[in-house]
Amino acid sequence: MRTAPPGSNNAGGSGSVSWMAWPALIAFTLFGVVPLLGVLVLSFSSWTGQTTDIPFSGLDSWRAVLSDPDLPHALWVTFLIMALSWLVQTPISILIGVFLAARHRYRAVLAVLYFIPLLLSQAAISITYKALLDPNFGLGAGLGFPFLQQDWLGDGTLAIGVVVFVVSWQFIPFHSLIYQGGVRQIPASMYEAAQIDGAGRIRQFFNITLPQLKYTIITSSTLMVVGSLTFFDLIWVLTAGGPGGATQSLAVDMYQRGFKANLMGPASAIAVILVLFGLLLALGLRRLGGRDQADSQLEGA
Amino acid sequence: MPTMLDRRTPAPVRKDPQVKARRRFHPLHWNFAGGLAGWLWLAIVVIPIYWIVITSLKLQDDYYDANPLAWPSDPTLENYRFVLENDFVRYFMNSVIVTVGSVGPAVLVSFMAAYAIIRGGAGSRFLRTVNGLFLMGLAIPLQAVIIPIYLIIIRIQMYDTLGAIIMPSLAFAIPLSVLVLANFIRDVPKELFESMRMDGATEWGTLWRLAFPLTRPALVTVTIYQGLTVWNGFVLPLILTQSPEQRTLPLALWEFQGQFSVNIPAVLAAVVLTTLPILTLYVIGRRQLLSGLTAGFGK
Repeated sequence: MRTAPPGSNNAGGSGSVSWMAWPALIAFTLFGVVPLLGVLVLSFSSWTGQTTDIPFSGLDSWRAVLSDPDLPHALWVTFLIMALSWLVQTPISILIGVFLAARHRYRAVLAVLYFIPLLLSQAAISITYKALLDPNFGLGAGLGFPFLQQDWLGDGTLAIGVVVFVVSWQFIPFHSLIYQGGVRQIPASMYEAAQIDGAGRIRQFFNITLPQLKYTIITSSTLMVVGSLTFFDLIWVLTAGGPGGATQSLAVDMYQRGFKANLMGPASAIAVILVLFGLLLALGLRRLGGRDQADSQLEGA
Repeated sequence: MPTMLDRRTPAPVRKDPQVKARRRFHPLHWNFAGGLAGWLWLAIVVIPIYWIVITSLKLQDDYYDANPLAWPSDPTLENYRFVLENDFVRYFMNSVIVTVGSVGPAVLVSFMAAYAIIRGGAGSRFLRTVNGLFLMGLAIPLQAVIIPIYLIIIRIQMYDTLGAIIMPSLAFAIPLSVLVLANFIRDVPKELFESMRMDGATEWGTLWRLAFPLTRPALVTVTIYQGLTVWNGFVLPLILTQSPEQRTLPLALWEFQGQFSVNIPAVLAAVVLTTLPILTLYVIGRRQLLSGLTAGFGK
């Protein structure tokens, strides 16, 4: 896409089109911008969610949340799921992306099949894996594989592993498609030069492919990392935060405090932490890239 | 799939000598590690899907004994009948209403906003601000603002209605739709807008007679992508509705699992039924969906 500034097509008379932006603006302000401010306001309240009456209580909710030992745990679980799913997804996605970029023969079939997990709802996927991993009636028991026949969701460590696996199952196909696009843009001449210099295939991968994919890696990682903060459907249906809080991430913690324990104030405080966490991560990853990927996209890069 | 991932690179044409050269020199032509990962991952993707389908065709008794990956000795549609008799059609219709009711208006208003931003953005601080707001909106996660949304829905007395799901879904579909559509409208040659203006067309006329046909692929992409998101949405129905009459499919699936937890084949038949419509849409619009996804998420 061109890097022209917004409105490069403008032929004058800009005032006459402004009204067309209003319907979208109003809809998004009402349910996007207002709630974002609202969540900050509600974090200073002791609203129960049961009545429409909202009592304000200053910093009480924040004090309650920040002194709660459950918060560091939820932060840790969120971080663990994020880090592990990044570590699992990135190398596999790069490998498959490179593979898909080079091969031509089976790509059509692969692309159709690879994409199916992305089409299923996280509720459907979680229900499926819950049945599939059942220690008594699941795949492991049926096939007689002792390794598969564990109490996957009943053991805290294993349950985190299952969450990471299921996340990867759904999203590796998507990220490998992003990498496929990235690999396609690497100029062939670089490989030709390396070939002449006698660099082997593995050297070429580490010295050309990987460095050239830098921005793709950052884009893909940003989507993975920021997206993983808000996994809720999947964890809720798969483990509901259990066993014993082992998969209680920030998003699950927020839901339980707010909609189960009727503590909307502390739940809102956690939501604010969630937003800040996401912003920090996105900004950090952008800095890491050295180039303002998001900004160049803002201008329709 | 000839590359739809990058609109700048045309699909690889085998006759093109340059492409040939690239393929000959491409070190990954015989890429063992990637190939192994690719095929292994394919198995990891396909086996559970195969298992869902065959299990949904088994009777409950068969589910417990035979090899779980063996084709059912006596395939039956009994589970599907059972699911359809358990209000599945109602939940399906609710999902259709919510998806069409939010994605249709969302794409329409996003299209208008994208057009305004491209046509008027340079000369209008208002439109530049609006654009900035939508770009910021891309970063707002729905879960983080669900509590105030819940409050708003209660206040406007729409709790436990389909409208309660439709309105936030509509709003959250806007930022990405505007981004993708604006990127496409920007590529329309300036001269075409000029000549429309010379012919005395209004902006509204230009929007429909020029921008609409030229942006159609992007509109299809955005519609499929947002349709997928809303169709699979779980959080909004979970929090904003409570009665069984208002359930959408993902939520119904979840409730269904609790209700018939012993009847796994029936639950899996429900999984298949909820996925079929979206799979059909995907097969029809696959190419456009993939190209649009990359346009939206950057390279």
